[in-house]
Amino acid sequence: MKRVTFLYSIIAFLVIGATIAFAHMETTDLTEADEIGNIDTADPFETMMTVLTHKRCVNCHPSGDTPRQGEDSHLHYFDVVRGDDGNGLSGYSCITCHSDQNNDYSGVPGAPHWALAPDFMAWEGKTKIEIATQMMDTQRNGGRSPEEIMEHLTEHELVLWAWDPGINAEGIEREKPPVPKEEYIQAVKDWINAGAIIPAE
Amino acid sequence: MNVSFIINGQEESVEVSDGNSPLLWVIRDGLNLKGTKFGCGKAACGACTVHVDGKAVRSCSYPAKMAAGKRITTIEGLSSEGNLHPVQQAWKEEIVPQCGYCQPGFMMATAAMLEEIPNPTDEDIDANIINVCRCATYYRMRKAIHRAAAISKQNI
Repeated sequence: MKRVTFLYSIIAFLVIGATIAFAHMETTDLTEADEIGNIDTADPFETMMTVLTHKRCVNCHPSGDTPRQGEDSHLHYFDVVRGDDGNGLSGYSCITCHSDQNNDYSGVPGAPHWALAPDFMAWEGKTKIEIATQMMDTQRNGGRSPEEIMEHLTEHELVLWAWDPGINAEGIEREKPPVPKEEYIQAVKDWINAGAIIPAE
Repeated sequence: MNVSFIINGQEESVEVSDGNSPLLWVIRDGLNLKGTKFGCGKAACGACTVHVDGKAVRSCSYPAKMAAGKRITTIEGLSSEGNLHPVQQAWKEEIVPQCGYCQPGFMMATAAMLEEIPNPTDEDIDANIINVCRCATYYRMRKAIHRAAAISKQNI
């Protein structure tokens, strides 16, 4: 009996330990289920990052050379790869299938400038703090100033496509980020206008 | 709405009730060019591949309204002045097709690739030609693609 109790204690310890460990990681590991918990909308950073770590954004900021797609963020079908410029290969590129708008007939999504983010802007597998730090670092954000980052995040048609993601090939609407677009845009502006302060780890 | 474009060297103007309808329907049903095939309807198999301004696109997923002012080439327009395109010539020499349904899409994808990569390696072919052939004629197609590259080189 003592042995059984001891075993239960070990199992409980391992389960609690693993739960704590995973709770602190909070990365954009898209191979795991992407559950969004309660959002503190009073915190602009948290509101913004809840969107930026959503699959609609991270699917095209992958850590490897293959985009991800779908609600489960699987690797893009058909052996799609990044290519030299994020637009695919010279003979088989993003525009072979994607146009600058969603296509409800085929279920293929589209928006202007449909392409992958450069590999040095990979977000997949990173924490909110890591992503924000990288996003504001001119060495890793394409030399963008905070104002240019604000413009990209709040005005770029490909970014805002996240709130108009269309339907998939089965006619099912794609999931939108869990924050309304206007609320997200305001959060980005508030955060950057306040100095783009990134919380401590 | 009215959409005007050049297809296989001919100016065409077509009336479409929905500008978002696939270019494939305009080509097949509106212009009666039946060489371009419908396969999966979701830009996966490549049977519907045509060229728009020289680039391979899946016409089942290309809104008709976006063709306005563009230059479109289908399999019917791949050859010029009665001469087979090197890809068509190579396909014939290597006796590639089995059932043949997917072959126009493969040939259009290959022709577009050869414009960008004149001497493709096997790796280039694997990476750039991802169309689907249910008869599995891939081995013969690979030979034909290399043959087409050689024919193109001779023609220069």
